[in-house]
Amino acid sequence: MLPDMLPLIGILIVVVGFALRLNALLVVTLAGLATGVASGKLLPDVIALFGQAFVESRYVAIVWLVLPVIGLVERAGLKERSRAVIGGIQMATAGRVLVVYLALRQVTSALGLVSLGGHAQMVRPLVAPMAEGAAELRHGALPIATRERIKAMAAGADNVGMFFGEDVFVAIGSILLIRGFLEQNGIIVEPLQLARWAIPTALIAFAVHGTRMLLLDRRVAREVLADAARVEATAPDTPAAHP
Amino acid sequence: MITLEATYVLMGLMVGGIAAVNARDATNPRRWRTTAFWTLYALLFLAGSYLPALVSGVLVLSMVGVAAAGLGQGTATSSTTESRSASAARWKNRLFVPVLVVPVATFAGSVALKGLTVNGRPLVDPKQATQIALGLATVLGLGTALVMLRPPLSASITEARRLMDSVGWAAVLPQSLAALGAVFAAAGVGTVIADLSTTYLPLGTPLAAVIAYAVGMALFTMVMGNAFAAFPVMTAGIGLPLVVQQYHGDVVIVTAIGMLSGFCGTLMTPMAANYNIVPAALLELRDRYGVIRAQVPTALILLVANIVLMAVFAFR
Repeated sequence: MLPDMLPLIGILIVVVGFALRLNALLVVTLAGLATGVASGKLLPDVIALFGQAFVESRYVAIVWLVLPVIGLVERAGLKERSRAVIGGIQMATAGRVLVVYLALRQVTSALGLVSLGGHAQMVRPLVAPMAEGAAELRHGALPIATRERIKAMAAGADNVGMFFGEDVFVAIGSILLIRGFLEQNGIIVEPLQLARWAIPTALIAFAVHGTRMLLLDRRVAREVLADAARVEATAPDTPAAHP
Repeated sequence: MITLEATYVLMGLMVGGIAAVNARDATNPRRWRTTAFWTLYALLFLAGSYLPALVSGVLVLSMVGVAAAGLGQGTATSSTTESRSASAARWKNRLFVPVLVVPVATFAGSVALKGLTVNGRPLVDPKQATQIALGLATVLGLGTALVMLRPPLSASITEARRLMDSVGWAAVLPQSLAALGAVFAAAGVGTVIADLSTTYLPLGTPLAAVIAYAVGMALFTMVMGNAFAAFPVMTAGIGLPLVVQQYHGDVVIVTAIGMLSGFCGTLMTPMAANYNIVPAALLELRDRYGVIRAQVPTALILLVANIVLMAVFAFR
Protein backbone atom coordinates (compact mmCIF):
# COMPACT_ATOMS: atom_id res chain seq x y z
CA MET A 1 0.00 0.00 0.00
CA LEU A 2 2.63 2.49 1.10
CA PRO A 3 4.80 2.50 -2.05
CA ASP A 4 1.68 3.10 -4.17
CA MET A 5 0.76 6.17 -2.14
CA LEU A 6 4.21 7.75 -2.37
CA PRO A 7 3.60 9.78 -5.59
CA LEU A 8 0.84 11.60 -3.70
CA ILE A 9 3.48 13.41 -1.64
CA GLY A 10 3.38 16.22 -4.23
CA ILE A 11 -0.30 16.83 -3.49
CA LEU A 12 0.45 16.95 0.23
CA ILE A 13 3.21 19.52 -0.37
CA VAL A 14 0.90 21.64 -2.52
CA VAL A 15 -1.96 21.60 0.00
CA VAL A 16 0.26 22.39 2.99
CA GLY A 17 2.28 24.97 1.07
CA PHE A 18 -0.75 26.87 -0.18
CA ALA A 19 -2.43 26.69 3.24
CA LEU A 20 0.67 28.20 4.87
CA ARG A 21 0.78 30.83 2.11
CA LEU A 22 4.37 30.02 1.20
CA ASN A 23 5.72 31.29 -2.14
CA ALA A 24 3.48 29.39 -4.58
CA LEU A 25 6.17 29.14 -7.26
CA LEU A 26 8.51 27.46 -4.78
CA VAL A 27 5.78 25.13 -3.48
CA VAL A 28 4.80 23.98 -6.96
CA THR A 29 8.40 23.36 -7.99
CA LEU A 30 9.22 21.39 -4.83
CA ALA A 31 6.02 19.35 -5.26
CA GLY A 32 7.09 18.49 -8.80
CA LEU A 33 10.58 17.42 -7.77
CA ALA A 34 9.30 15.39 -4.79
CA THR A 35 6.65 13.62 -6.88
CA GLY A 36 9.16 12.73 -9.56
CA VAL A 37 11.72 11.36 -7.09
CA ALA A 38 9.02 9.52 -5.11
CA SER A 39 7.91 7.73 -8.27
CA GLY A 40 11.41 6.32 -8.67
CA LYS A 41 13.00 8.72 -11.16
CA LEU A 42 16.48 10.18 -10.81
CA LEU A 43 16.65 13.85 -9.79
CA PRO A 44 18.33 15.05 -13.03
CA ASP A 45 15.63 13.29 -15.04
CA VAL A 46 12.92 14.98 -12.97
CA ILE A 47 14.56 18.39 -13.45
CA ALA A 48 14.77 17.76 -17.18
CA LEU A 49 11.11 16.68 -17.31
CA PHE A 50 10.11 19.80 -15.38
CA GLY A 51 12.16 22.05 -17.65
CA GLN A 52 10.85 20.48 -20.81
CA ALA A 53 7.22 20.79 -19.71
CA PHE A 54 7.84 24.41 -18.66
CA VAL A 55 9.27 25.24 -22.08
CA GLU A 56 6.51 23.37 -23.91
CA SER A 57 3.81 25.34 -22.10
CA ARG A 58 5.25 28.75 -22.96
CA TYR A 59 2.12 29.39 -25.01
CA VAL A 60 0.10 30.12 -21.83
CA ALA A 61 2.29 33.21 -21.29
CA ILE A 62 1.62 34.81 -24.69
CA VAL A 63 -1.21 36.84 -23.15
CA TRP A 64 1.45 38.98 -21.40
CA LEU A 65 2.28 40.50 -24.79
CA VAL A 66 -0.76 42.70 -24.21
CA LEU A 67 0.96 44.51 -21.31
CA PRO A 68 2.74 47.21 -23.39
CA VAL A 69 -0.60 48.13 -25.00
CA ILE A 70 -2.49 48.29 -21.69
CA GLY A 71 0.41 50.14 -20.04
CA LEU A 72 0.61 52.81 -22.74
CA VAL A 73 -3.11 53.44 -22.74
CA GLU A 74 -3.22 53.51 -18.93
CA ARG A 75 -0.45 56.09 -19.09
CA ALA A 76 -2.71 58.13 -21.37
CA GLY A 77 -5.59 58.00 -18.86
CA LEU A 78 -7.53 54.79 -19.64
CA LYS A 79 -8.68 54.18 -16.06
CA GLU A 80 -9.68 57.83 -15.64
CA ARG A 81 -11.71 57.66 -18.84
CA SER A 82 -13.37 54.35 -17.84
CA ARG A 83 -14.58 56.01 -14.65
CA ALA A 84 -15.80 59.10 -16.48
CA VAL A 85 -17.83 56.97 -18.90
CA ILE A 86 -19.50 55.13 -16.04
CA GLY A 87 -20.07 58.47 -14.28
CA GLY A 88 -22.24 59.52 -17.21
CA ILE A 89 -24.62 56.62 -16.64
CA GLN A 90 -26.98 57.45 -13.76
CA MET A 91 -28.20 53.86 -13.37
CA ALA A 92 -24.71 52.40 -12.97
CA THR A 93 -23.64 50.62 -9.78
CA ALA A 94 -20.68 48.27 -9.26
CA GLY A 95 -22.99 45.25 -9.20
CA ARG A 96 -24.91 46.26 -12.31
CA VAL A 97 -21.71 46.93 -14.27
CA LEU A 98 -20.51 43.43 -13.34
CA VAL A 99 -23.83 41.78 -14.23
CA VAL A 100 -23.67 43.36 -17.68
CA TYR A 101 -20.10 42.11 -18.14
CA LEU A 102 -21.04 38.63 -16.87
CA ALA A 103 -23.88 38.46 -19.40
CA LEU A 104 -21.65 39.67 -22.25
CA ARG A 105 -18.86 37.25 -21.29
CA GLN A 106 -21.23 34.31 -21.05
CA VAL A 107 -23.08 34.99 -24.30
CA THR A 108 -19.92 35.65 -26.32
CA SER A 109 -18.27 32.52 -24.87
CA ALA A 110 -21.35 30.48 -25.78
CA LEU A 111 -20.89 31.74 -29.36
CA GLY A 112 -17.28 30.61 -29.32
CA LEU A 113 -15.84 34.11 -28.84
CA VAL A 114 -13.80 33.20 -25.76
CA SER A 115 -10.93 35.43 -26.88
CA LEU A 116 -13.04 38.59 -26.47
CA GLY A 117 -12.54 38.63 -22.68
CA GLY A 118 -9.71 37.94 -20.28
CA HIS A 119 -8.13 39.36 -17.15
CA ALA A 120 -5.25 41.23 -18.78
CA GLN A 121 -7.23 42.31 -21.85
CA MET A 122 -10.57 43.37 -20.34
CA VAL A 123 -10.80 43.13 -16.54
CA ARG A 124 -7.76 45.14 -15.49
CA PRO A 125 -8.09 47.99 -18.03
CA LEU A 126 -11.89 48.26 -18.34
CA VAL A 127 -14.21 46.20 -16.16
CA ALA A 128 -12.59 46.68 -12.75
CA PRO A 129 -12.11 50.48 -13.10
CA MET A 130 -15.70 50.84 -14.32
CA ALA A 131 -17.12 48.87 -11.39
CA GLU A 132 -14.92 50.75 -8.92
CA GLY A 133 -15.79 54.06 -10.54
CA ALA A 134 -19.52 53.37 -10.33
CA ALA A 135 -19.24 52.58 -6.61
CA GLU A 136 -17.11 55.68 -5.97
CA LEU A 137 -19.53 58.01 -7.71
CA ARG A 138 -22.35 56.72 -5.55
CA HIS A 139 -20.54 56.49 -2.22
CA GLY A 140 -17.42 58.66 -2.43
CA ALA A 141 -14.05 57.25 -1.40
CA LEU A 142 -14.19 53.50 -0.72
CA PRO A 143 -12.52 51.61 2.17
CA ILE A 144 -9.64 49.47 0.87
CA ALA A 145 -11.37 46.18 1.73
CA THR A 146 -14.44 47.24 -0.25
CA ARG A 147 -12.33 48.27 -3.22
CA GLU A 148 -10.59 44.87 -3.17
CA ARG A 149 -13.91 43.03 -2.98
CA ILE A 150 -15.20 44.84 -6.06
CA LYS A 151 -12.04 44.07 -8.03
CA ALA A 152 -12.12 40.41 -6.97
CA MET A 153 -15.75 40.14 -8.07
CA ALA A 154 -14.77 41.66 -11.44
CA ALA A 155 -12.22 38.88 -11.94
CA GLY A 156 -14.85 36.34 -10.84
CA ALA A 157 -17.29 37.65 -13.45
CA ASP A 158 -14.78 36.89 -16.19
CA ASN A 159 -14.14 33.36 -14.91
CA VAL A 160 -17.76 32.37 -14.21
CA GLY A 161 -18.93 33.87 -17.50
CA MET A 162 -16.33 32.02 -19.52
CA PHE A 163 -16.44 28.62 -17.75
CA PHE A 164 -20.21 28.37 -17.84
CA GLY A 165 -20.61 29.91 -21.28
CA GLU A 166 -17.99 28.16 -23.38
CA ASP A 167 -19.43 24.67 -22.91
CA VAL A 168 -22.58 25.73 -24.75
CA PHE A 169 -20.39 26.14 -27.86
CA VAL A 170 -19.97 22.84 -29.72
CA ALA A 171 -16.37 23.25 -30.87
CA ILE A 172 -14.79 24.17 -27.54
CA GLY A 173 -11.96 22.09 -26.04
CA SER A 174 -13.94 20.57 -23.19
CA ILE A 175 -16.74 19.28 -25.44
CA LEU A 176 -14.18 17.80 -27.83
CA LEU A 177 -12.35 16.20 -24.88
CA ILE A 178 -15.54 14.52 -23.61
CA ARG A 179 -16.37 13.30 -27.11
CA GLY A 180 -12.85 11.98 -27.70
CA PHE A 181 -12.75 10.23 -24.33
CA LEU A 182 -16.10 8.52 -24.91
CA GLU A 183 -15.07 7.52 -28.43
CA GLN A 184 -12.01 5.74 -27.00
CA ASN A 185 -14.44 3.83 -24.78
CA GLY A 186 -16.58 2.85 -27.76
CA ILE A 187 -19.38 5.35 -27.16
CA ILE A 188 -20.24 7.79 -29.96
CA VAL A 189 -22.00 11.02 -28.94
CA GLU A 190 -22.75 14.19 -30.87
CA PRO A 191 -21.09 17.43 -29.65
CA LEU A 192 -24.46 19.15 -29.98
CA GLN A 193 -26.04 16.82 -27.40
CA LEU A 194 -23.22 17.54 -24.95
CA ALA A 195 -23.46 21.29 -25.52
CA ARG A 196 -27.24 21.19 -24.98
CA TRP A 197 -26.73 19.74 -21.50
CA ALA A 198 -24.42 22.61 -20.60
CA ILE A 199 -27.34 25.05 -20.91
CA PRO A 200 -29.15 24.36 -17.58
CA THR A 201 -25.96 24.90 -15.57
CA ALA A 202 -25.16 28.01 -17.64
CA LEU A 203 -28.54 29.55 -16.74
CA ILE A 204 -28.18 28.67 -13.06
CA ALA A 205 -24.64 30.11 -13.06
CA PHE A 206 -25.92 33.42 -14.40
CA ALA A 207 -28.77 33.52 -11.88
CA VAL A 208 -26.53 32.68 -8.91
CA HIS A 209 -23.55 34.86 -9.76
CA GLY A 210 -25.73 37.70 -11.04
CA THR A 211 -27.68 37.74 -7.79
CA ARG A 212 -24.48 37.78 -5.77
CA MET A 213 -23.29 40.78 -7.76
CA LEU A 214 -26.46 42.73 -7.15
CA LEU A 215 -26.12 41.88 -3.44
CA LEU A 216 -22.59 43.29 -3.67
CA ASP A 217 -24.09 46.79 -4.05
CA ARG A 218 -25.82 46.50 -0.67
CA ARG A 219 -22.66 45.22 0.92
CA VAL A 220 -20.65 48.11 -0.54
CA ALA A 221 -23.18 50.61 0.87
CA ARG A 222 -23.05 48.90 4.28
CA GLU A 223 -19.26 48.85 4.40
CA VAL A 224 -18.96 52.49 3.36
CA LEU A 225 -21.39 53.51 6.14
CA ALA A 226 -19.59 51.41 8.73
CA ASP A 227 -16.26 52.89 7.68
CA ALA A 228 -17.63 56.44 7.85
CA ALA A 229 -19.01 55.76 11.35
CA ARG A 230 -15.63 54.43 12.48
CA VAL A 231 -13.79 57.45 11.08
CA GLU A 232 -16.25 59.79 12.80
CA ALA A 233 -15.88 57.98 16.12
CA THR A 234 -12.10 58.29 16.07
CA ALA A 235 -11.96 61.81 14.61
CA PRO A 236 -10.36 64.36 16.99
CA ASP A 237 -12.81 67.16 16.11
CA THR A 238 -15.79 65.67 17.96
CA PRO A 239 -15.69 67.57 21.26
CA ALA A 240 -19.00 66.03 22.41
CA ALA A 241 -17.19 62.76 23.00
CA HIS A 242 -14.75 64.45 25.39
CA PRO A 243 -16.83 66.61 27.71
CA MET B 1 4.46 27.50 -41.83
CA ILE B 2 4.28 30.12 -39.09
CA THR B 3 4.52 28.53 -35.66
CA LEU B 4 4.40 29.81 -32.11
CA GLU B 5 8.17 30.32 -32.23
CA ALA B 6 7.65 33.83 -33.63
CA THR B 7 5.51 34.86 -30.66
CA TYR B 8 8.08 33.33 -28.30
CA VAL B 9 10.72 35.61 -29.82
CA LEU B 10 8.43 38.59 -29.19
CA MET B 11 7.93 37.48 -25.59
CA GLY B 12 11.67 37.00 -25.16
CA LEU B 13 12.35 40.51 -26.44
CA MET B 14 9.68 42.06 -24.21
CA VAL B 15 10.78 40.22 -21.07
CA GLY B 16 14.43 40.98 -21.90
CA GLY B 17 13.48 44.64 -22.18
CA ILE B 18 11.77 44.47 -18.81
CA ALA B 19 14.97 43.01 -17.33
CA ALA B 20 16.99 45.84 -18.88
CA VAL B 21 14.69 48.53 -17.47
CA ASN B 22 15.01 46.95 -14.03
CA ALA B 23 18.80 46.81 -14.31
CA ARG B 24 18.87 50.58 -14.81
CA ASP B 25 16.34 51.39 -12.09
CA ALA B 26 17.97 52.31 -8.77
CA THR B 27 14.54 52.83 -7.14
CA ASN B 28 13.96 49.05 -7.13
CA PRO B 29 15.18 47.81 -3.72
CA ARG B 30 15.80 44.35 -5.19
CA ARG B 31 17.05 45.55 -8.51
CA TRP B 32 19.48 42.73 -9.38
CA ARG B 33 17.27 39.86 -8.28
CA THR B 34 14.41 41.25 -10.36
CA THR B 35 16.80 41.71 -13.30
CA ALA B 36 18.11 38.14 -12.95
CA PHE B 37 14.59 36.68 -12.77
CA TRP B 38 13.38 38.33 -15.98
CA THR B 39 16.69 37.69 -17.79
CA LEU B 40 16.36 33.95 -17.13
CA TYR B 41 12.73 34.00 -18.26
CA ALA B 42 13.66 35.86 -21.46
CA LEU B 43 16.34 33.25 -22.13
CA LEU B 44 13.80 30.43 -21.83
CA PHE B 45 11.63 32.14 -24.44
CA LEU B 46 14.41 32.92 -26.90
CA ALA B 47 16.41 29.71 -26.55
CA GLY B 48 13.96 27.28 -24.92
CA SER B 49 13.32 25.36 -28.12
CA TYR B 50 17.03 24.67 -28.62
CA LEU B 51 18.25 24.06 -25.07
CA PRO B 52 18.64 20.53 -23.67
CA ALA B 53 15.76 19.75 -21.28
CA LEU B 54 18.11 19.50 -18.29
CA VAL B 55 19.50 23.01 -18.96
CA SER B 56 15.96 24.40 -19.22
CA GLY B 57 15.13 22.67 -15.95
CA VAL B 58 18.15 24.20 -14.21
CA LEU B 59 17.21 27.65 -15.56
CA VAL B 60 13.66 27.21 -14.23
CA LEU B 61 14.97 26.14 -10.82
CA SER B 62 17.25 29.21 -10.76
CA MET B 63 14.26 31.44 -11.46
CA VAL B 64 12.33 29.80 -8.64
CA GLY B 65 15.29 30.29 -6.29
CA VAL B 66 15.54 33.99 -7.11
CA ALA B 67 11.76 34.43 -6.77
CA ALA B 68 11.73 32.65 -3.40
CA ALA B 69 14.42 35.06 -2.16
CA GLY B 70 12.05 37.90 -3.10
CA LEU B 71 11.53 40.19 -6.08
CA GLY B 72 11.09 43.97 -5.93
CA GLN B 73 9.42 46.72 -7.84
CA GLY B 74 10.76 50.13 -8.87
CA THR B 75 8.82 53.25 -7.94
CA ALA B 76 9.65 55.36 -10.99
CA THR B 77 6.55 56.39 -12.95
CA SER B 78 6.20 57.90 -16.39
CA SER B 79 2.91 59.72 -15.78
CA THR B 80 1.18 61.77 -13.09
CA THR B 81 -2.45 61.92 -11.99
CA GLU B 82 -2.70 65.32 -13.68
CA SER B 83 -1.18 64.20 -16.98
CA ARG B 84 -3.49 61.18 -17.11
CA SER B 85 -6.61 63.24 -16.35
CA ALA B 86 -5.69 65.80 -19.00
CA SER B 87 -4.99 63.08 -21.56
CA ALA B 88 -8.24 61.26 -20.71
CA ALA B 89 -10.19 64.50 -21.22
CA ARG B 90 -8.50 65.03 -24.57
CA TRP B 91 -8.84 61.53 -26.06
CA LYS B 92 -12.23 60.65 -24.60
CA ASN B 93 -13.61 57.31 -25.84
CA ARG B 94 -10.97 56.97 -28.55
CA LEU B 95 -8.72 55.73 -25.72
CA PHE B 96 -10.60 52.43 -25.82
CA VAL B 97 -9.61 51.77 -29.43
CA PRO B 98 -6.10 50.28 -28.90
CA VAL B 99 -7.40 48.14 -26.02
CA LEU B 100 -10.33 46.76 -28.00
CA VAL B 101 -8.19 46.17 -31.10
CA VAL B 102 -6.54 43.26 -29.26
CA PRO B 103 -9.55 40.98 -28.56
CA VAL B 104 -11.26 41.83 -31.85
CA ALA B 105 -8.12 41.18 -33.90
CA THR B 106 -7.45 37.99 -31.93
CA PHE B 107 -10.86 36.65 -32.86
CA ALA B 108 -10.72 37.79 -36.48
CA GLY B 109 -7.16 36.52 -36.80
CA SER B 110 -7.89 33.10 -35.37
CA VAL B 111 -10.76 32.62 -37.82
CA ALA B 112 -8.78 33.94 -40.79
CA LEU B 113 -5.51 32.13 -40.02
CA LYS B 114 -7.22 28.73 -39.77
CA GLY B 115 -8.41 29.00 -43.35
CA LEU B 116 -5.28 30.43 -44.99
CA THR B 117 -3.20 28.16 -47.17
CA VAL B 118 -0.06 28.79 -49.20
CA ASN B 119 0.62 26.30 -52.01
CA GLY B 120 -1.92 23.93 -50.49
CA ARG B 121 -0.24 23.98 -47.06
CA PRO B 122 -1.75 25.77 -44.07
CA LEU B 123 0.00 29.07 -43.32
CA VAL B 124 -0.15 28.45 -39.58
CA ASP B 125 -0.60 25.33 -37.50
CA PRO B 126 -4.42 25.26 -37.03
CA LYS B 127 -4.03 24.10 -33.41
CA GLN B 128 -1.95 27.17 -32.62
CA ALA B 129 -4.01 29.65 -34.66
CA THR B 130 -5.61 31.37 -31.64
CA GLN B 131 -2.32 31.83 -29.79
CA ILE B 132 -0.57 33.13 -32.91
CA ALA B 133 -3.52 35.45 -33.60
CA LEU B 134 -3.25 36.76 -30.03
CA GLY B 135 0.44 37.50 -30.58
CA LEU B 136 -0.26 39.33 -33.85
CA ALA B 137 -3.20 41.21 -32.29
CA THR B 138 -1.02 42.58 -29.48
CA VAL B 139 1.45 43.89 -32.08
CA LEU B 140 -1.45 45.54 -33.91
CA GLY B 141 -2.74 47.01 -30.64
CA LEU B 142 0.70 48.34 -29.76
CA GLY B 143 1.05 49.89 -33.22
CA THR B 144 -2.33 51.57 -32.84
CA ALA B 145 -1.41 52.94 -29.42
CA LEU B 146 1.98 54.23 -30.62
CA VAL B 147 0.59 55.94 -33.74
CA MET B 148 -2.39 57.40 -31.92
CA LEU B 149 -0.92 58.52 -28.61
CA ARG B 150 2.64 59.26 -29.77
CA PRO B 151 4.32 58.46 -26.44
CA PRO B 152 8.12 58.29 -26.20
CA LEU B 153 9.01 54.91 -27.73
CA SER B 154 10.66 53.75 -24.50
CA ALA B 155 7.34 54.18 -22.68
CA SER B 156 6.00 50.93 -24.16
CA ILE B 157 8.66 48.91 -22.36
CA THR B 158 8.74 50.96 -19.13
CA GLU B 159 4.94 50.67 -18.90
CA ALA B 160 5.09 46.92 -19.62
CA ARG B 161 7.70 46.72 -16.84
CA ARG B 162 5.40 48.55 -14.41
CA LEU B 163 2.59 46.03 -15.02
CA MET B 164 4.82 42.95 -15.18
CA ASP B 165 6.57 43.75 -11.91
CA SER B 166 3.24 44.32 -10.19
CA VAL B 167 2.36 40.75 -11.18
CA GLY B 168 5.85 39.49 -10.30
CA TRP B 169 6.62 35.76 -10.15
CA ALA B 170 2.90 34.93 -10.37
CA ALA B 171 3.30 35.57 -14.10
CA VAL B 172 5.31 32.35 -14.35
CA LEU B 173 3.07 30.23 -12.11
CA PRO B 174 0.74 28.91 -14.86
CA GLN B 175 3.73 27.44 -16.70
CA SER B 176 5.13 25.87 -13.54
CA LEU B 177 1.74 24.31 -12.84
CA ALA B 178 1.66 22.87 -16.36
CA ALA B 179 5.09 21.37 -15.64
CA LEU B 180 3.80 19.97 -12.33
CA GLY B 181 0.89 18.42 -14.23
CA ALA B 182 3.37 16.69 -16.56
CA VAL B 183 5.28 15.27 -13.57
CA PHE B 184 2.02 14.12 -11.95
CA ALA B 185 1.03 12.37 -15.18
CA ALA B 186 4.44 10.68 -15.51
CA ALA B 187 4.27 9.52 -11.87
CA GLY B 188 0.75 8.10 -12.28
CA VAL B 189 -0.84 10.31 -9.63
CA GLY B 190 -4.21 10.17 -11.41
CA THR B 191 -4.51 6.38 -11.29
CA VAL B 192 -3.59 6.30 -7.60
CA ILE B 193 -6.38 8.80 -6.85
CA ALA B 194 -8.91 6.91 -8.98
CA ASP B 195 -8.05 3.63 -7.18
CA LEU B 196 -8.37 5.29 -3.79
CA SER B 197 -11.71 6.89 -4.56
CA THR B 198 -13.31 3.73 -5.95
CA THR B 199 -11.94 1.68 -3.04
CA TYR B 200 -13.00 3.91 -0.17
CA LEU B 201 -16.04 5.88 -1.33
CA PRO B 202 -19.56 4.62 -0.53
CA LEU B 203 -21.06 4.06 -3.96
CA GLY B 204 -23.99 1.78 -3.17
CA THR B 205 -26.81 3.85 -4.68
CA PRO B 206 -27.19 5.90 -7.89
CA LEU B 207 -27.33 9.13 -5.87
CA ALA B 208 -24.18 8.25 -3.93
CA ALA B 209 -22.39 7.46 -7.19
CA VAL B 210 -23.53 10.77 -8.72
CA ILE B 211 -22.34 12.71 -5.67
CA ALA B 212 -19.02 10.85 -5.62
CA TYR B 213 -18.48 11.55 -9.34
CA ALA B 214 -19.41 15.26 -9.22
CA VAL B 215 -17.60 16.02 -5.96
CA GLY B 216 -14.68 13.88 -7.10
CA MET B 217 -14.45 15.90 -10.31
CA ALA B 218 -14.46 19.17 -8.32
CA LEU B 219 -11.88 17.96 -5.76
CA PHE B 220 -9.53 16.35 -8.27
CA THR B 221 -9.75 19.47 -10.44
CA MET B 222 -8.76 21.51 -7.40
CA VAL B 223 -5.71 19.27 -6.96
CA MET B 224 -4.68 19.29 -10.62
CA GLY B 225 -5.78 22.88 -11.29
CA ASN B 226 -7.47 21.75 -14.48
CA ALA B 227 -10.76 19.97 -15.18
CA PHE B 228 -9.30 18.51 -18.36
CA ALA B 229 -6.77 16.54 -16.32
CA ALA B 230 -9.40 15.34 -13.86
CA PHE B 231 -12.06 14.32 -16.39
CA PRO B 232 -10.50 11.18 -17.91
CA VAL B 233 -9.42 9.89 -14.49
CA MET B 234 -12.70 10.40 -12.63
CA THR B 235 -14.89 9.38 -15.57
CA ALA B 236 -12.95 6.16 -16.14
CA GLY B 237 -12.97 5.50 -12.37
CA ILE B 238 -16.53 6.39 -11.32
CA GLY B 239 -18.53 8.09 -14.09
CA LEU B 240 -18.58 5.37 -16.74
CA PRO B 241 -18.37 2.10 -14.74
CA LEU B 242 -20.77 3.12 -11.96
CA VAL B 243 -23.08 6.00 -12.87
CA VAL B 244 -23.50 5.03 -16.53
CA GLN B 245 -23.00 1.26 -16.74
CA GLN B 246 -24.11 -0.04 -13.35
CA TYR B 247 -26.92 2.44 -12.68
CA HIS B 248 -27.85 3.15 -16.33
CA GLY B 249 -27.35 6.91 -16.25
CA ASP B 250 -27.56 8.77 -19.58
CA VAL B 251 -23.95 9.01 -20.79
CA VAL B 252 -24.36 12.45 -22.41
CA ILE B 253 -25.92 14.07 -19.33
CA VAL B 254 -23.50 12.43 -16.91
CA THR B 255 -20.31 13.40 -18.75
CA ALA B 256 -21.45 16.89 -19.76
CA ILE B 257 -22.46 17.81 -16.21
CA GLY B 258 -19.44 15.95 -14.81
CA MET B 259 -17.15 18.31 -16.72
CA LEU B 260 -19.11 21.33 -15.43
CA SER B 261 -18.70 20.01 -11.87
CA GLY B 262 -14.97 20.08 -12.53
CA PHE B 263 -15.26 23.76 -13.52
CA CYS B 264 -16.74 24.45 -10.06
CA GLY B 265 -13.46 23.10 -8.67
CA THR B 266 -11.46 25.38 -11.00
CA LEU B 267 -13.13 28.41 -9.38
CA MET B 268 -11.90 27.33 -5.91
CA THR B 269 -8.25 26.42 -6.37
CA PRO B 270 -4.98 28.37 -6.41
CA MET B 271 -3.69 25.61 -8.70
CA ALA B 272 -5.72 27.22 -11.52
CA ALA B 273 -3.26 30.09 -11.33
CA ASN B 274 -4.07 31.85 -14.59
CA TYR B 275 -7.72 32.23 -13.56
CA ASN B 276 -7.36 32.83 -9.83
CA ILE B 277 -3.86 33.90 -8.77
CA VAL B 278 -2.67 35.89 -11.79
CA PRO B 279 -5.78 38.15 -11.80
CA ALA B 280 -5.31 38.84 -8.08
CA ALA B 281 -1.77 40.00 -8.88
CA LEU B 282 -2.86 41.87 -11.99
CA LEU B 283 -5.55 43.76 -10.04
CA GLU B 284 -3.00 44.42 -7.25
CA LEU B 285 -5.11 42.77 -4.55
CA ARG B 286 -3.45 42.50 -1.13
CA ASP B 287 -5.12 39.12 -0.61
CA ARG B 288 -3.62 36.65 -3.07
CA TYR B 289 -6.66 34.40 -2.58
CA GLY B 290 -9.14 37.30 -2.93
CA VAL B 291 -10.49 36.12 -6.30
CA ILE B 292 -10.97 32.58 -4.99
CA ARG B 293 -12.78 33.93 -1.92
CA ALA B 294 -15.12 35.90 -4.18
CA GLN B 295 -15.88 32.76 -6.23
CA VAL B 296 -16.31 30.04 -3.60
CA PRO B 297 -20.01 30.68 -2.78
CA THR B 298 -20.96 30.61 -6.48
CA ALA B 299 -18.87 27.47 -7.05
CA LEU B 300 -20.45 25.55 -4.14
CA ILE B 301 -24.01 26.47 -5.11
CA LEU B 302 -23.31 25.43 -8.72
CA LEU B 303 -21.79 22.13 -7.60
CA VAL B 304 -24.98 21.30 -5.67
CA ALA B 305 -27.03 22.39 -8.69
CA ASN B 306 -25.01 20.08 -10.94
CA ILE B 307 -25.55 17.13 -8.61
CA VAL B 308 -29.30 17.79 -8.56
CA LEU B 309 -29.43 18.15 -12.37
CA MET B 310 -27.50 14.93 -12.89
CA ALA B 311 -29.53 12.97 -10.32
CA VAL B 312 -32.85 14.19 -11.71
CA PHE B 313 -32.24 13.97 -15.45
CA ALA B 314 -29.69 11.20 -15.97
CA PHE B 315 -31.88 8.33 -14.74
CA ARG B 316 -35.18 9.10 -16.47
